[in-house]
Amino acid sequence: MISITNLSKVYNGVSVLDIDELKIHKGQAIGLVGNNGAGKTTLFSLLLDLIQPTSGYILSNDIKVSESEDWKPFTSAFVDESFLIGYLTPEEYFYFIGELRGQNKADIDALMASYSDFFNGEAIGQKKYLRDLSKGNQKKVGIVAALIGNPEVVILDEPFANLDPSTQIRLKKIIKQLADDPNTTVLVSSHDLQHVTEVTQRVVLLEKGKVVMDKEKTAGTFAELENYFKGISESYAPVPVMEEE
Amino acid sequence: MIKQFINLEWKSFTRSAAFKQNLAFKILMIFGAIYMLALLGGLGFGSYFLIEKLELGEPIRVVNKYLIYYFFFDLAMRYVLQKMPVTNIKPLLYLPITRSNIVKYALGKTSISFFNIAHAFFFIPFSIVLLVKGDAPFINVLGWHLAMICITYTINYLNVFMNNMDSVFYPVIGLIAASGILQYYGIFDITTYSAPVFDFFYDNAFGFIIPLVLVVSSAYFAFEYFKKQLYLDAGLKTEVKEASTEDLSFLDRFGKVSTYLKNDIKLIKRNKRARTTFLVGFLFVFYGFFFMNDIYSSINGMKVFAGLFCTGGFLFMFGGLVPSWDSSYYKLMMSQNIPYRDFLLSKWWLMIASTVVSTLLCTLYLYFGWDWWFAMIAGAIYNIGFNSSVVLLGGAYVKTPIDLMSSKKAFGDSKAFNAKTLLLVIPKLFLPVLIYYAFALTINESAGFIAIAVTGVLGLLFRNKIFDLIERVYKKEKYDTIAAYAQKD
Repeated sequence: MISITNLSKVYNGVSVLDIDELKIHKGQAIGLVGNNGAGKTTLFSLLLDLIQPTSGYILSNDIKVSESEDWKPFTSAFVDESFLIGYLTPEEYFYFIGELRGQNKADIDALMASYSDFFNGEAIGQKKYLRDLSKGNQKKVGIVAALIGNPEVVILDEPFANLDPSTQIRLKKIIKQLADDPNTTVLVSSHDLQHVTEVTQRVVLLEKGKVVMDKEKTAGTFAELENYFKGISESYAPVPVMEEE
Repeated sequence: MIKQFINLEWKSFTRSAAFKQNLAFKILMIFGAIYMLALLGGLGFGSYFLIEKLELGEPIRVVNKYLIYYFFFDLAMRYVLQKMPVTNIKPLLYLPITRSNIVKYALGKTSISFFNIAHAFFFIPFSIVLLVKGDAPFINVLGWHLAMICITYTINYLNVFMNNMDSVFYPVIGLIAASGILQYYGIFDITTYSAPVFDFFYDNAFGFIIPLVLVVSSAYFAFEYFKKQLYLDAGLKTEVKEASTEDLSFLDRFGKVSTYLKNDIKLIKRNKRARTTFLVGFLFVFYGFFFMNDIYSSINGMKVFAGLFCTGGFLFMFGGLVPSWDSSYYKLMMSQNIPYRDFLLSKWWLMIASTVVSTLLCTLYLYFGWDWWFAMIAGAIYNIGFNSSVVLLGGAYVKTPIDLMSSKKAFGDSKAFNAKTLLLVIPKLFLPVLIYYAFALTINESAGFIAIAVTGVLGLLFRNKIFDLIERVYKKEKYDTIAAYAQKD
């Protein structure tokens, strides 16, 4: 279980994240949505102890992430390309992460085989270093690496961006499987409302660092989210432009 | 249009990472540049008088004789350092600017580069002295001077073609070096063939027409060539090398550390910047030769100095930048289940291994006497025992992200010099010299060397304490380091 209490992050007097309370139960799959600057990546960075909170704290399985490092063995993430080691081939990268997570070579080989449809004949076995792969293939590698060693908490920042349509469909299947696993807590952010509502069980909407909506997913969630964002886009559109249209 | 281009250039210059340094370093850089130019200017101004004083012959003829080496050196420097200016071109391709204009802009940019301007600091003062002191006919000096400008620019444009021609370049350089050696030993003198060419430009005032034709045609061909290269899948393509994998499983015997050790070896093998550092580190083995002249070789303190550098080249160059080597994926390292000590230990073992290899290579100093060899061994033990930990401590304060792909800045990252890392130079380099004198002056020279070695061994015993300290520093600096590494140049 992850519990966030009075968490805030302030840069130069500007508050970028301010969450009074947020509890994520074990095994839940949470979708994080919000416009640019809403604080999604800030929240993920705080969860991974990559930045320090200005106030408040996060407990992950009762471990305070900013004070102890004991959350690391059961947590994995793919946030951006700075999680990839450019001079390794994808296979070497998987083996490396595997060694850190107590997996042997055979485990990793089995894992790669099981995700072969996700890689779709690309990325793996290409004799290319990660830095030379396309953005989409890099992302595939990063996502699969985050699944090594059956982590209890998986954090994926915009996993759908840069992926081709078929891979997006395959990824949805993978995340759904994780979501159904009662031992795995999943946090996914995305700009694609359709994807998020499809794969998660609960949607949290951030706006300017604050939680403005937090709901268990229902049939109406997608429409509700779309309405919300439509409202924002209309309230921000300058009036003269509207008249021209 | 030109105004826009100049505006772009100015911004890219003033906003470049190099300018974001602290003031002290900026001043240091400016002094460095002035020093270089003053050196060239002094050479241009003084060579006339020097040649006359040494009675080598008529100055212009002497200069002409060696110009061939000057220009080949220029070509070599350009090939290694001056790259085709393609980096800023990509965003221009999509804009309504004709391809010819983009090429003209890029070529124009090379024309005013440092590599061309620097020559003026030699040729202009030399020509002036030639006129004033040498009473040389103005028209001949002018013709010769113009010819030199044309040759400089011909080399500039030739260099545009010469990207990625290593297979041609290195044999040519080898030939030039060989001819230099042959000339030194009086076997074959290439200048007997080249000097008349340069003399011709001086003797015939209108001889510069020939290099002028050369520069115009080379500029034309460079233009045409460049224009053809201006596609994303041609000259603007970033080269992709086929990945090579190697079996490093023999390292598994080192236990947990092997996970990182395997990565570190790949890091050095597959990244230009790290590779350069590795090679330069071993070139330090020859550093002792600088101390071979009479002034220094009588001072044993200098030998201690040399011993530290010769055996610890890689240690200083590589270790001082840990953990920056892993900066591009530092977030991963920080969110994975990585005990920092193991991570550090892997770098430590790497430094120890390289110091041992360097020390073996340093056996060649036995040739110069036991003193030299003792200094090497003492330096090596001090490096292994003490400096290996101290450089890692210094590295904890260095927060410069390293771009692994480029070999630029391999000779020192400006931001890597902050007050704390400078302070750590004292235990790294000066403490052993002090220790040496403390014992050499009171007991004898051997005692001095032994004392250094003993300090090294003591350092080894306290390694874990120093590592504790490093770990604390790293935890304190963690967030700052992550933020600093996230910044791109």
